[in-house]
Amino acid sequence: MECDPIVEVKDLRVYFYTYAGVVKAIDGVSFKICRGETYCLVGETGCGKSVTSRAITRLIYPPGRIVSGEIYYYPEPGKRVNIMQLSESELRRLRGEEISYIFQDPSAALDPLYVLGYQVGETMLAHKRVKSVKEGMRRAVEVLRTVLMPDPEKRASSYPHELSGGMKQRGVIGISLSNNPKLLIADEPTTALDVTIQAQLMDLLLDLKRERGLTLLLITHNLGLVAEYCDRVAVMYAGNIVEEAPVEELFEKPLHPYTQALIRAVPNPTRRIEKLEHIPGTVPNLVKPPPGCRFHPRCPKAFDRCRVEKPPLKEYSDHHKAACWLYEE
Amino acid sequence: MSGALESVSLDRMFRGERLLLEAHNLKKYFPVRGILFTKGYVKAVDNVTLGIPRGKTLGLVGESGSGKTTLGRVILRLEEPTSGRIVFDGQDVTRLKGRALKEFRRRAQIIFQDPYGSLNPRKTVYSLIAEPMKVHGVRVEDTREYIIKLLYQVGLNETHLYRYPHEFSGGQRQRIAIARVLALRPEFIVLDEPTSALDVSVQAQILNLLKDLQRTYNLTYLFISHDLGVVRYMSDYIAVMYLGKIVEMASSDELFEKPLHPYTKTLLSSIPIPDPKIAKSKARIRIPGEPPSPYNPPSGCRFRTRCPIAVDKCLSEPPLEEVERGHWVACWRPGEL
Repeated sequence: MECDPIVEVKDLRVYFYTYAGVVKAIDGVSFKICRGETYCLVGETGCGKSVTSRAITRLIYPPGRIVSGEIYYYPEPGKRVNIMQLSESELRRLRGEEISYIFQDPSAALDPLYVLGYQVGETMLAHKRVKSVKEGMRRAVEVLRTVLMPDPEKRASSYPHELSGGMKQRGVIGISLSNNPKLLIADEPTTALDVTIQAQLMDLLLDLKRERGLTLLLITHNLGLVAEYCDRVAVMYAGNIVEEAPVEELFEKPLHPYTQALIRAVPNPTRRIEKLEHIPGTVPNLVKPPPGCRFHPRCPKAFDRCRVEKPPLKEYSDHHKAACWLYEE
Repeated sequence: MSGALESVSLDRMFRGERLLLEAHNLKKYFPVRGILFTKGYVKAVDNVTLGIPRGKTLGLVGESGSGKTTLGRVILRLEEPTSGRIVFDGQDVTRLKGRALKEFRRRAQIIFQDPYGSLNPRKTVYSLIAEPMKVHGVRVEDTREYIIKLLYQVGLNETHLYRYPHEFSGGQRQRIAIARVLALRPEFIVLDEPTSALDVSVQAQILNLLKDLQRTYNLTYLFISHDLGVVRYMSDYIAVMYLGKIVEMASSDELFEKPLHPYTKTLLSSIPIPDPKIAKSKARIRIPGEPPSPYNPPSGCRFRTRCPIAVDKCLSEPPLEEVERGHWVACWRPGEL
């Protein structure tokens, strides 16, 4: 499995300068997303998965700042764009046309004052796919049809409050696909929805991805979605990637003690479980993160080295990386 | 007459077990007001009968708008039922008033989903726990000692006594809410999505705490959740709700291993399983559309508009019947999907 990267992130650091101090939200994150795959960032609240995904197109605003790191985008094999050096107008073109986003809350993503069709059309107009709002509105119906919106003609002239949560998210998916991006970043796209609707929308995303040869970056806290829809997974903890592996491998042979504990802490509905294992303690404060490995205060296997030295993310078997001193000879 | 029939079936549902809580033909309709007259009703809970044996947990699952939270609140008399009967420890509590109602409310408590909204930000942990004790006249020798003991039981300690809610994480706040409820020595607790706002690693801590406390105090739980994994872990029995009605009820293992209602089956096949081997091989049943509005639900079987195996007969409403021993289903074609 050779990786033809579409996005490459190297040693990314994003800090937030707040009154309480400098929050080191992302502290040295590196990864590659291969063309055509579904890559997944998984972790708990505050681990930095959303910030990482937004940093890819530099969607970080004060008090946040990308302190250091390299971010590359490959529109086609061999062609490299350095995102850190793009101008504001080049970034505007990149966002939406090459890389687009779907966020968690569809009500916040849509403008309550405009009908859905206008919002789809406006996005296409902004990227010069259509010549007028009128043409955009007409094309919007087709877009809504591709995301399987029930009764697309009627829904194109509906306001967001007239739509259910599932329909709104379909609309948002339509907007983000309207300019034919190559990479789709979905940040908890189904967290606000019921499970039967979640299943419908995840199936839709995967179908669209297959039809259009998209690459998908899925951000989620739900290990079920990871297992069901992803090819490769990176597990994040307190601003670092602690493990990266193909999905089967990750669930079968998790290396990092955090990944191991996380998998055991999720109640699996297909099994009867007598006692769920939990992780003691809570996620650390990132203004003053623990020295060494950031997981060591909660880690049952921590030893002296973990308390002083930060373990690097290293490959221990085929395509399976972990940041843990346990595996260092 | 149907009330009498239903109570017979409750006995059959939980053979020989002593029921702490029973609900008979419970209804809660919310009026929808027009300009002059009531336009109609949202039938949030419609003719629900259920029971919970002492010391056991009944899990209540369903999607948003299915009426599970309303049902929990009606059972506690936080909402007045439109009709039906609630029986607690052999006593009819549907029309209780005054002192008797207050005593019922001490014995039957609730823990809410949002640990940020349920604790008064201006009160210390000490007064958060002590005040309900005063209200309900719970007498102890030394209130401070009593509260410290409770804090230890929920995984906190005396250093937390005089702190305010904003100093705690979500998981810790939920522990405070649990201590506050325990202080009243209740017998029955409605847990309304108690871990939905928490991260998985913390969720597991709280679930285990709730299970331990149940064992220690022989507590009875009504556990409301949309997360089927969590419900299976916590519950002895499970009831599935759809648009205000219970469509299936059985023991936890039975329901997950042999679901009979097409809605339950769909729900189970829609949850993503945290195991790639099962996830990629499991049967995928998908239903079109979204749940209809409870203001104007379909006639007959409420699931028929989305059901893949609906037939003409589904235009009339199927009763909740025992299809197999201890397994209740409201469907004309149980097990056929």
